[in-house]
Amino acid sequence: MRDIAVVASMQRQEKSIDNESEVEYMVPLMHGVKESIGITQADVGFTCSGSSDFIAGQAFSFVMTVDGANPVPPISESHVEMDGAWALYEAWVKMQMGEIDIALIYGYSKSSGGSLRDVLATQMDPYYVAPLWPDAFAIEALAARQLIESGKTSMEHLAELASRARDHAASNPNAVRTKAKSVADIMAEAPLMDPLRPSDIPASADGGCALILAAGDRARELCERPAWIRGIDHRTDAHTLGVRDLTTSMSARIAGEQAGVSDDKVDFAELYAPFTTSELVLTEALGLGDDTIINPSGGALSAHTMMASGLIRIAEAAQRITNGDGDRAVATAGSGPNLQQNLVCVLEGE
Amino acid sequence: MGYNQDPNVQPAALSGEVTMPAALAEVEPVQSVRTPAAIEYIATPGASLSAYLRAMKDKKILGDKCPVTGQVFVPPRGVSPVSGQRTTEMVEVADAGYVESFNITRLPIKSRPDLNPPYVSAWVVPDGANVGSISLVAGIEPEDVRIGLRVRAVWKPDDELEESAANILHWEPTGEPDVVLDDLRVIGKPGDAQ
Amino acid sequence: MVESTSDGVLRAPLTLEYPFTRTTGPVVGGFLTGLREGMVLGAKRADGTVLCPPLEYDPISSDPLTELVEVGQSGTVTTWTWNGEPRAQQPFDQPFAWAMITLDGADTPMLHGVFVDGPEAMSTGMRVSLQWKEEREGHIADIAGFVPEEAS
Repeated sequence: MRDIAVVASMQRQEKSIDNESEVEYMVPLMHGVKESIGITQADVGFTCSGSSDFIAGQAFSFVMTVDGANPVPPISESHVEMDGAWALYEAWVKMQMGEIDIALIYGYSKSSGGSLRDVLATQMDPYYVAPLWPDAFAIEALAARQLIESGKTSMEHLAELASRARDHAASNPNAVRTKAKSVADIMAEAPLMDPLRPSDIPASADGGCALILAAGDRARELCERPAWIRGIDHRTDAHTLGVRDLTTSMSARIAGEQAGVSDDKVDFAELYAPFTTSELVLTEALGLGDDTIINPSGGALSAHTMMASGLIRIAEAAQRITNGDGDRAVATAGSGPNLQQNLVCVLEGE
Repeated sequence: MGYNQDPNVQPAALSGEVTMPAALAEVEPVQSVRTPAAIEYIATPGASLSAYLRAMKDKKILGDKCPVTGQVFVPPRGVSPVSGQRTTEMVEVADAGYVESFNITRLPIKSRPDLNPPYVSAWVVPDGANVGSISLVAGIEPEDVRIGLRVRAVWKPDDELEESAANILHWEPTGEPDVVLDDLRVIGKPGDAQ
Repeated sequence: MVESTSDGVLRAPLTLEYPFTRTTGPVVGGFLTGLREGMVLGAKRADGTVLCPPLEYDPISSDPLTELVEVGQSGTVTTWTWNGEPRAQQPFDQPFAWAMITLDGADTPMLHGVFVDGPEAMSTGMRVSLQWKEEREGHIADIAGFVPEEAS
């Protein structure tokens, strides 16, 4: 295996970005991340992105964003209709083949133009479920009730997670839900999608993230303390809701085992947990203990940019390692209803 | 029965061997299902296209200028594909130009009942722009349209103008001599980049 | 159509329409045929348990599932949430509960709506009965929804 590290990242998340198109706000990130380490597109061997036309209702929007990756002369490029974390995985695999040393990865969406929770009904089973148009909050609420009624959590515990996320988000300039709220005040919230309360559901954002991967000595040249990817794996559960145990995540557990999460102490974890309930499921599936700080950025609960939230988890974890805030971190990305797909990435400093 | 790994053997479930309760044996089987979707959004065009659309209301065509190469792109997208840079300067181009390429459509399109075949869709490059966009060319027999044809924009009446590219109904011949395209202006020639 | 709103941003309504017609294959088609005829079918697995709605393949063993059997039209709610205001595209015209319902004779739950007056009338483990639409075409919404068993 080649040693591959995150050497730089840039993100932007806001409640809604009204005055710029996706390409207009992504280009400064795509350029900025390269400029921050003194490289140009000519140094980049592979460019890979994650986005979905359904989110903003813009057909082939990713083709326009490619213009910002400077495809003249033509570049080696790929796109996934997944969170940018899966674009990172594709780039990592390509780098393992030894052909390239530097990759640019980005993920983004502008969901404010539509109703994301309803748009996401289109990802459900097209015969049995999607024609009923259950929204994304309803689907998670079904899991939430089972988690509570099975005794795995309580409304109080979920409120604690929500309150802590707000506290963490307060120091994150890219978080959009940053206002402190006590457990008691969250307990007093009326349910939005019973039993989920407004503080249990994600603060939706427009935005994106651009990130640079580099291999071996090239990574050491570009970054004082690269965040080395020591393990990365992704798994999917069955699509059909009725055949899964929604109170657990087998895909996250297996991906975590494959990535080697439990091989050593985890200083902090950035989990793709748009809901308080998803944080609970992931923490258990990955076997994270009390000695791990969960979502120091405030997590996807505090700012959820669809198609970028997972990549942003990796960027946040890597940045903390580069800053020397810790030595070993776990980042996850997710996709699909009730965390159907999970990607787990273990990052370490030297 | 394990997972069928021989690609030449069709899995049982796909070969029609599904058994049904006897009560359904004689009825017409459902073979397809209609699951239409209509998803509503509010589109926001971004800074560059907004300026372009606003100028359209004044019968002006704006393009983006590449800060590196000086090339002008219409319609503007806020980024130059040649340099990959965010564009910072917008320039007005003429509402006259030439046909760089075209096709003749002879089949009706469901979503555009206003277009009566045969009609001409052309790549029109306004004077002052390096890259143009697709537009309708009318006021000429389709068979007479040619590469290099000089055209001018035909605008909607002033009281119907809004922030829309549809303000240009179509482009029509000016009667000027054709432009001679002795060199295909291919974006992306070596040396264009960075 | 285009609006320049108070914040100076141009906005225009945009509707993306997908006129999907999907082919079903014999398993999904069999289930939808059953709905049209007023029956609910599940797929029998090798261990005798029944998946409802049926899938073409067993999600655990990958075995093809080829035997469709009738299941009951009453069942048990395994989890639920309250959908106070029907959302634009939903085929329901009143507030309802989303529920996962394991029909009698089936071993996996299916998603559908339950009509009750409010969330206080819902509970996990409650018994519900299926209500058919009068005109059926072979579609998941041929099931109008479910109601508490005693009310049916």
